[in-house]
Amino acid sequence: MTGSANPDRVEWTMDTAAFDLRDRFMHLTSSGYRLALVAAHHDLPDGDHPEASIRVVYVMVAGPPDTRIELHVRLPIDDPVLPSLAEVSFPAGRFEREIQDLFGVRVVGHHQPARLVLHQHWPIGWYPMRHDAGPPPAFDNETESYPFLTVDGPGVYEIPVGPIHAGIIEPGHFRFSVVGETILNMKARLWFVHKGIERLFQDRHPADGVELAERISGDSAVGHNLAFCLAVEDAAACTPPAEAQVIRALLLEFERLYNHVTDLGAMGNDVGFGIAHAHTMRIREQLLRLNARITGHRLLRGSIVPGGARAHWLPDPATLCEIGDDVHQVVDIMMANATVVDRFTGTAVLANADAAQIGTLGYVARASGLHVDARREHAFANVYENLTVATLTDGDVMARFNIRVAEIDSSIQLVTELLQRTSPGEYRSHFDALDGPRHGVGLVEGWRGTIAHRLEISAAGTLSRVKVVDPSFFNWPALPVALAGDTIVPDFPLANKSFNLSYAGNDL
Amino acid sequence: MSATGIAVAMLQVVLTIAAAPLLVGMMRLVRARLEGRVGAPIRQPWRDLRKLLRKERMVSANTGWVFSIAPLVLLASAALVAGIVPFLSTRSALDQVGDLFAVVYLLLLGTVFLSLAGLDAGTAFGGMGASREMTIAAIAEPTVLVAIFALSVSTGSSNLGAIVAATLAHPSTAASPESLLAFAALAVVTIAETGRIPVDNPATHLELTMIHEAMILEYSGPDLAMVELAAHLRLVVFLGLLANLFVPWGIATTVQPLHLAAAAAAVAIKLVALAATIAAIEVFIAKVRLFRVPELLAASFVLAFLAVTASFFLA
Repeated sequence: MTGSANPDRVEWTMDTAAFDLRDRFMHLTSSGYRLALVAAHHDLPDGDHPEASIRVVYVMVAGPPDTRIELHVRLPIDDPVLPSLAEVSFPAGRFEREIQDLFGVRVVGHHQPARLVLHQHWPIGWYPMRHDAGPPPAFDNETESYPFLTVDGPGVYEIPVGPIHAGIIEPGHFRFSVVGETILNMKARLWFVHKGIERLFQDRHPADGVELAERISGDSAVGHNLAFCLAVEDAAACTPPAEAQVIRALLLEFERLYNHVTDLGAMGNDVGFGIAHAHTMRIREQLLRLNARITGHRLLRGSIVPGGARAHWLPDPATLCEIGDDVHQVVDIMMANATVVDRFTGTAVLANADAAQIGTLGYVARASGLHVDARREHAFANVYENLTVATLTDGDVMARFNIRVAEIDSSIQLVTELLQRTSPGEYRSHFDALDGPRHGVGLVEGWRGTIAHRLEISAAGTLSRVKVVDPSFFNWPALPVALAGDTIVPDFPLANKSFNLSYAGNDL
Repeated sequence: MSATGIAVAMLQVVLTIAAAPLLVGMMRLVRARLEGRVGAPIRQPWRDLRKLLRKERMVSANTGWVFSIAPLVLLASAALVAGIVPFLSTRSALDQVGDLFAVVYLLLLGTVFLSLAGLDAGTAFGGMGASREMTIAAIAEPTVLVAIFALSVSTGSSNLGAIVAATLAHPSTAASPESLLAFAALAVVTIAETGRIPVDNPATHLELTMIHEAMILEYSGPDLAMVELAAHLRLVVFLGLLANLFVPWGIATTVQPLHLAAAAAAVAIKLVALAATIAAIEVFIAKVRLFRVPELLAASFVLAFLAVTASFFLA
């Protein structure tokens, strides 16, 4: 058991042989553990290990009580062969493909071993996360074409969309196989905005990671930064003051509020109900101005640092209640419109079993009946005692709309309660210069779902590896599953908006 | 065909072209204000057209002659219809061809060419938009025919000028069952044919939901300006038909300048009122699921059919 900032937290690290991995993994998943993160590391020779190696770390979590178990698998650098867990865990299979692309690990037993992160024009044999990768090489000719599933049959045709779209949205390519207007199959090709952000963290001082963490996904500045700071504090065994933890929880809810409010109207806009959009944009603007007063930044940047947090000002609970009433008026107007209700109901249903198997997180999971919320399972401080986590079972666009409404309500309730437990100011714990090697994990319920960061700190006290997982990484594969069957092409934008997944957070 | 008659028709075309973008700008402004937004000024569509006309003409190498002439056919057919329909006077120079069948098929000609142009570039969106547009046109066009036919039964003529003149002569027919039923049918079709909510959303940026916009995605610069202007013109033509067929008062029965000026003012008021009403209604309705559009249009066809039935039995 390693040192922990939180005495209630249970943490285990197990060194595992590759042949043993599957059994241990399955033992943990059958005991209620969920795979939160898989991170690979290129370890240079040191005292314990005279040979360079690739170390793969599986972070398994469960809660409450907050429990994290790490499985460490060490592979020789000359021939790193990792037995695939794709057969028993869908998300593990996706992490394995990522590691295969970035670290050159050979994954055996994977049913779909195609490239994931690196597009086909990157030359084979260049693994950017290895220490000796060097500068990016020149692009190859397309070395293998992307494995789009081709659907044949009378009247079946393909619609390619993106990565450049008519509106201002992030780049993603969608390939629809369609008969008439019904979607038979949809394949999303992402990683157009892969920036190598995990590599950018390396060699920074932990305190300098904040500015990067806040920019992993622009709408989740608090979520990612908090996960990063919690991971640093976990590594440093540092506990921030209680007031700072309350301010962090408040900022997390303010981020949830402005994003959920925006989504409600955006879903209305996608069915041509522009008035809902106009009014949620007005409410969003109010919330952003509150954000600016609280933190000095409309998107809540710059307030959370390792060891502390600050707020210049905090709003009156009455202001939040007014905003909540305002939101409900807009929701009532939308739900009074038969066409809006008709468009939302039964559209793009994600069945509970599919949601569970894919490992979905956040409101997507909760709208399909999965009871997952890191605020309950991995509470980073004693601030969530009275939190209510709503779940719905329909799994359609309407459920994902209503779950957001419920979360806005519970969020405002939580904010009202927390505002009484702190006051504006800057609260920080003494934060030592870190000596390594150390590692830490941060788990935060961002507005999209559970964000996980795992970082390692070198002997010099700098970040040697940061692995970032946005809930979008887990949720993207659920979108095509929800579409397959009876969703029609013109309903795709609405379905997509109801998931509202991050491209930047996924592509990293 | 007198010289003044030709002048009147020309005047009508010029006025319609000048007014159509303004009417669209007005509709957007009404919508913006009702949603609590400031909105763009009324002349914005004209500014957009000016901007597009200054741009370079870009044409995909994969397109053929259909793609090149479609904007011209679309604009020319819309402008011709704008000259035919009785906006200003019942005694237009084009009165002889001012036949409801001619008008419907001229409008359909533009629709067909635009759909072919959508297919021509070979992109998925163009084909998707064309397929949807044809699905809608296949139900909407018969409805237009049947609805106007209901009006022509009582008049005994399919000439639009004659129908309008007859309504003027017998004002009570404007409130007859067949007339009201035909109005309702034509109103629904107008919404569908001009790509308004709840059938299509002219303001959307979502490629996959588009109908009209999907067909014109490949157009740019002056070609796009022509397509846009034609779309504005078609909106005015449909609204003008709706206004003058059922509420013809104000239209001139002569070609005297003073009467024409009064008629222009009258039709302007009617168009603004109708357009503002549509824009206001659009604020409160959402776009229906694509598969419900045929249901909506089928209902309007039934209304039109009832209008014809009523005009035979109640006449």
